[in-house]
Amino acid sequence: MQLCELQHEFAAALLDPGRPTPAGLVGPDGVTSARRFAVYRNNIVAGLVETLRAAFPAVHRIVGADFFFAMARAYVVKNPPRSPVMLDYGAGFADFIARFEPAATLPYLVDVARIERAWSESYHAREAIPIDPCEFSAIRPDRLPTMRLAVHPSLRVVRSRFPALTIWQMNIEGGAPAPVDLSLGENTLVLRPGSEVEVRLIPKGSAEFTEALIEKRPVLKALEAALMVNSGFDLAGNLFDLIKAGALTGYDLAGAAR
Amino acid sequence: MSNPTLSAMVGGAFAVAFGSLAATSAAAQMSKGDMEKMMKEKQAMTMKAMAGGKMEKCFGVALKGQNDCYAGAGTTCAGTSHADYQGNAFKLEPKGTCTTMNTPNGHGSLTPKA
Amino acid sequence: MTGRAARPLRFLHFAESAVPFPPSQSQDRVPPRGGVGLKAEHYRTIIETLPDVGFFEVHAENYMGAGGPPHRYLSAIRERYRLSLHGVGLSIGADRPLDRDHLQRLAQLIDRYRPGLFSEHLAWSSHGASFFNDLLPIPYTNASLVRVADHIDEVQAALGRQMLLENPSTYVAFAESSYSETDFIAEVVRRTGCGLLLDVNNVYIACTNQQWDPVAYLEGFPLQHVREIHLAGYTSEADEKGRRLLIDTHDRPVAEIVWFLFARAVRRTGAVPTLIEWDKDVPAWPDLKREAERAEAVMRFVGSEAA
Repeated sequence: MQLCELQHEFAAALLDPGRPTPAGLVGPDGVTSARRFAVYRNNIVAGLVETLRAAFPAVHRIVGADFFFAMARAYVVKNPPRSPVMLDYGAGFADFIARFEPAATLPYLVDVARIERAWSESYHAREAIPIDPCEFSAIRPDRLPTMRLAVHPSLRVVRSRFPALTIWQMNIEGGAPAPVDLSLGENTLVLRPGSEVEVRLIPKGSAEFTEALIEKRPVLKALEAALMVNSGFDLAGNLFDLIKAGALTGYDLAGAAR
Repeated sequence: MSNPTLSAMVGGAFAVAFGSLAATSAAAQMSKGDMEKMMKEKQAMTMKAMAGGKMEKCFGVALKGQNDCYAGAGTTCAGTSHADYQGNAFKLEPKGTCTTMNTPNGHGSLTPKA
Repeated sequence: MTGRAARPLRFLHFAESAVPFPPSQSQDRVPPRGGVGLKAEHYRTIIETLPDVGFFEVHAENYMGAGGPPHRYLSAIRERYRLSLHGVGLSIGADRPLDRDHLQRLAQLIDRYRPGLFSEHLAWSSHGASFFNDLLPIPYTNASLVRVADHIDEVQAALGRQMLLENPSTYVAFAESSYSETDFIAEVVRRTGCGLLLDVNNVYIACTNQQWDPVAYLEGFPLQHVREIHLAGYTSEADEKGRRLLIDTHDRPVAEIVWFLFARAVRRTGAVPTLIEWDKDVPAWPDLKREAERAEAVMRFVGSEAA
């Protein structure tokens, strides 16, 4: 058999237990061995499930091991990695959970998964140096509304109509699950300004404001987005918090990038 | 609000934010005891706000506490002896901590209030 | 076509220079001591206590993120220790072109961290658009030989250095194989000038699973080209006919039989950088370090034996 053909059959059988062991894969007696081939099948699925378990520890704890493994298995056989860089595996897991019927009884699970995904992305994001706030004083105030801010590459926002951050925190290592009021939504900001990922609860409007900044919209447009959901949005307070957290790395005055 | 008003807000907000930052760095001159007291008060406020599910004013204290092994297992050249779990999730109920995630307003209710 | 065109060039290259690839800079060279696979669990202990270890090895793919703590820790550790870079995703045995982007990422990592050794596996893991997170076996045929040799040529040219090829742990054999594993590996070395990473645990696993004699395997292995050794633990299972089937789990101490084979190999290779691989159920740092010390002790003992 051609090498290419052989690897095609091998690959197809790896993720589909319904397919027979490819011909010519044998034990020491020269006879086809399904049990031996199953080691490769097992390595791949168990390895990917373990990768998801490590990247989504709170989801794992919330649903329990049996459910998690079954759910993760359903994901991995449909979504094998596309790259040898496994750090990024699981990018679509939260969306998968959103469509995964058996998980529908836990409507907040998707948002907890999104926080965990944001954590992983933030952890591996590019390094950047936060801006010295003195630099803003050099800008004429009338130019500030149209200014676009450069945000730290690790900055992520997760919106939830459930208390997803509280639930996440109760289910990571060291957390203690306790009753929560599911009607209280929580928006989360994830950032790694230095060597540690920081996760914060942000007030109403801050998610919309920060998302607009991430999308490189001018400060004025970001403010408008925030005021849409919170007429009492505190712009100075949010800028203070973002600068202090190290979330801002530069600015762009209509093309004149810093 | 009109656009000029919003623009003026933006124009002023940076100055206000900068003023707050300067005030915070003045905290560096506080005594260690004062500083600790202030931090404790701030943390207590944040915890209280979080417990109530409300925190409108600030980003609060950053939560940390994940270790470096958390961001995915990464690659390995090892195989595994753990058997691949073949269970069907459609026949399973999530059985972890979710059972303790009841709302204070109605035990067992996992759906949000309207 | 391109592969065949490349071959005469390669021999020309050999003819012009007695050493096809210059040895890595002496300040980067990995010493012939015991080393440890670097795990995130031990980052802090290592930085805080600076233990006396011969070198660290990392999986290249785990440091292909854009930034963050993994790079910060590795940079700090690299300042104090020699480094070996071990790839698991290049898919050298695949019957399709190498992933150029991945080669580029490897070249960048090598540039940044200056590892004294770079190794990859005699295996494949990519097919179509999918990557399989395992090291899949290849048949030992002329067609695979050409493919593997071409790919190693390409890697060594792209990285500008010698790579080490690691012998696999296998769970199946291919009915169509026409070479023994050791003859196949020896021929790859002859064609490409690559070095070898002898994984002694893999030797024992493959020999048990294929019912070969591990001592004869080592006799047939081109040991003079070995530049690094791997040691690890395995798990014992059985196939459908009750035959022993060992799984390369890296989740426990090195087995006594593997230490025995290691001592036998070292008698022929002399002391070489020897790595303890422990990737699952990772032990506390002192237990891991003790395994590396044991490897050093074996090499010292063998080195002092009467000729």
